[in-house]
Amino acid sequence: MADEQNVHRPKTDIAPGYTFGTVTDQIASVVLTKRTPIFWFISFGAGLVLLLLFLLAVGVLFAKGTGIWGLRTPVMWGFAITNFVWWIGIGHAGTLISAILLLLNQRWRNSINRFAEAMTLFAVACAGMFPILHLGRPWLAYWLFPYPNTMGVQPNFRSPLVWDVFAVSTYATVSALFWYVGLMPDLATLRDRTHNRVARFAYGILAMGWRGSARHWSVYETASLLLAGLATPLVLSVHTVVSFDFTIAIVPGWHTTFLPPYFVAGAIYSGFAMVLALAIPLRSVYGLQGLITDRHLDNSAKVMLATGLIVAYAYILETFSAWYGGNTYEQAMVWHRMTGPYAVSYWSLMLCNILAPQALWFKKVRSNPVLLFISAIVVLVGMWLERYVIIVSSLAQDFLPSSWSIFHATRWDWATYIGTIGLFLFLFFLFIRLLPMISIFEVRTLLPAAKVEEEAES
Amino acid sequence: MIKPIYGLMAEFDNPTALVEAARAARERGYRKLDAYSPFPIEELTDALHLHHHKLPLIVLLGGIVGGLAGYLLQYYVTVVYFPINVGGRPLHSWPSYIIITFETTILLAAISAVLGMLALCGLPMPYHPTFNVPRFALASRNRFFLCIEARDPLFDRARTIEFLETLEPREVSEVAP
Repeated sequence: MADEQNVHRPKTDIAPGYTFGTVTDQIASVVLTKRTPIFWFISFGAGLVLLLLFLLAVGVLFAKGTGIWGLRTPVMWGFAITNFVWWIGIGHAGTLISAILLLLNQRWRNSINRFAEAMTLFAVACAGMFPILHLGRPWLAYWLFPYPNTMGVQPNFRSPLVWDVFAVSTYATVSALFWYVGLMPDLATLRDRTHNRVARFAYGILAMGWRGSARHWSVYETASLLLAGLATPLVLSVHTVVSFDFTIAIVPGWHTTFLPPYFVAGAIYSGFAMVLALAIPLRSVYGLQGLITDRHLDNSAKVMLATGLIVAYAYILETFSAWYGGNTYEQAMVWHRMTGPYAVSYWSLMLCNILAPQALWFKKVRSNPVLLFISAIVVLVGMWLERYVIIVSSLAQDFLPSSWSIFHATRWDWATYIGTIGLFLFLFFLFIRLLPMISIFEVRTLLPAAKVEEEAES
Repeated sequence: MIKPIYGLMAEFDNPTALVEAARAARERGYRKLDAYSPFPIEELTDALHLHHHKLPLIVLLGGIVGGLAGYLLQYYVTVVYFPINVGGRPLHSWPSYIIITFETTILLAAISAVLGMLALCGLPMPYHPTFNVPRFALASRNRFFLCIEARDPLFDRARTIEFLETLEPREVSEVAP
């Protein structure tokens, strides 16, 4: 019996030689240390500078209106919606890792789920900025929600844009809850480990008096599983609903039924790219190679390759169905994308999303962190270009040639976009400094010593 | 007069010892006992017979309430409060309600999972007698504790200490209330 169990157990999820104490101390020390690495100051500083740029861009936007962006009829969605879709897609990998891989009992996820979930939260925060800023009168954003008002009007529940409001706000709320529940036992660890009175008070309040009681653990485990079960359909639904913003419209290049699965695959693709882009520098700076092992990078790269192939299939299908469907406008749309004013973007996205990731077939590439980091960045760029091409090229050249107009991004478009990258870095490095970036209690369960040896049965 | 105590706490090195101790204490007839560990232990749940709690039911009810509320909200707004006649299409357009109904179902189910979990655990509870044991800080690091509470009918300070000592703990300590 005992031998059989050994055969079925995965080889190693983390490097050998760890104990409950060393795992706890290593992860907690990143937060509790007084010496912050230079890398943290540089990254956090870069985030702060770009965040200030974002605030400037938003200030100018509030003063002057959306005309400071390159939005001109017929391209009224431009950068704002491109960035929205890009950011929200990045968030999806975090929920996939924390919820779907939990339900599938993929225990290797235990050392990457925490920071991936934090990535989700902050990516959704960045994503949420764009539709609100794009409203024109962002201070009236609460009009999006149904509430009793003296105007006597209500949101149109038949509109995919209103569905999106509900999908994204539910997603943000559930992600935050899931993340916080996962943090509670680790906050208790920090409370018990810190020597700083203020920190002990703050972690103590946040931990809510968690004491690791068996009674609590049994309820807690059920709650985690139920939240994972709820988050799984939710994460698949969010990008589906985002794609409805496009598919419900009749614009050529948008009005297709394969957009929902294509968007979900693309979201996971870019999300895993972001996980790799964050994990690779973090683990080398903080010496966490024993916890975020090469196996984690390898698995993430494989997920990226698989979802990248689905995305490649979608590109081929898009072209094929335009040709096979015989619709003049669809055919013209594909032709415009390939040879028109956005041809450079189109072919670069093909290069970034289809051609470049084929390198991940090779074990040598997957086991080289530097190459993996580069290919993750390439995929992130490619996925941004994909959304840009879908949104802008379809709007710029739709049905009537007399209304065509080319979109030119202004410096405020770029400032707002790069500014949200700053917001993301700012929040993320604040998280790295103040909260454990790896789930301590879940990593403890990966240790061989965590297994209860049964005498009676063996 | 002897000062009243909350209970007696034994400290163990590893999860196996804790699970065995919990089983032994149950067999001895102790019922008011709790175990503390730095991570969830499936076997401990069995040993202490903790399987039954109402969280799944709470989440189910939350989901049903969320779904109904989402659907009825849309029905009320599009049919009663703000009807828009577009080419004679039916006002009760249920296919377009599906997505928001789904989202509110998930939202309320998730919120009730978290609030229900906190309520069933009795959290937040910033003070608890177990925190009076100095070594209990290690319960969130690498030590495993079994606490037999004084309100157990079988509890007797001397005899319970004796019993806990037979389980070969690292240490047995009294928990101040």
